Amino acid sequence: MSSAWSITAAVNPPRAVYLDFPLGHTAGKPHDPALQRRILRDTLEALVTIDTPGTIRRLPYRWAEDDAWKDLVMRPDPGGSGGDDRIERHPDPQYQYEEDRVTAEAAFERDGCPSCVFLA
Amino acid sequence: MPRPPVDYIERTREQYASLGYPPYQWIHNEDEPPFAAVSKSLAESRIGLIASGGIYREGQIAFHYRDDFSFRIIPSDTGKSTLRVTHFAYDVTDARSDPNVVFPLETLRAEARERGIAEVGPNAYTFMGGIYSVRKVRERLAAALAERMEDDAVDAALLVPA
Repeated sequence: MSSAWSITAAVNPPRAVYLDFPLGHTAGKPHDPALQRRILRDTLEALVTIDTPGTIRRLPYRWAEDDAWKDLVMRPDPGGSGGDDRIERHPDPQYQYEEDRVTAEAAFERDGCPSCVFLA
Repeated sequence: MPRPPVDYIERTREQYASLGYPPYQWIHNEDEPPFAAVSKSLAESRIGLIASGGIYREGQIAFHYRDDFSFRIIPSDTGKSTLRVTHFAYDVTDARSDPNVVFPLETLRAEARERGIAEVGPNAYTFMGGIYSVRKVRERLAAALAERMEDDAVDAALLVPA
């Protein structure tokens, strides 16, 4: 699944589907399980019907009536200074909730988190 | 009329140039991709899930943002309420509200329940895709995940970037 046509075309995977949604929504819109199911079914269908290696199949869904969101992508400050808005690349784990850190660190003390695989 | 896809390679180039950075070196695979023929129907297939949107499960160590090429094993029956999302390179607001938008595990389970596919693999696998080393991804992470897919005996793997 992809929402970044140019990147996927450059990677050139054997089969792909393209969903023209903003990044962070590769498998659908939040809290819309019916749409998520349709997108997944189309994706699975592509698995068994694409017969030319490198095909990217465009899915027929649109994010909104118009494509105004495309003007804002990676341009968070239109007309502004255009500074670096990217999040700092912290070298320590970045938890969604502070409680997660406490739970995870306690579990790690106990058993080393066997479901976390750190590659050498 | 729909407009053409956002060209993220071009926009990254523009952003880097405006910051005075050298251009980001995107991977370009020119050769024809390897292509395994599908030998089973979807209804007979076990489908594996790999997602790069920085999903972890409550109780697991979260990802960090400096070339973290570790991965997490998430059992396929994991409930949505215990899933978490962390990533520096996309807006995670909707993914935190409904992880299915970048990690369609519940969606795959529904598909299996209604016999669209035979089953979901025993585990899903997740990592945080903001890794700047192609070598680490190709030689270590991708190789390890491919091995997991083989161990899980899936017929196909669904790859979901964010």
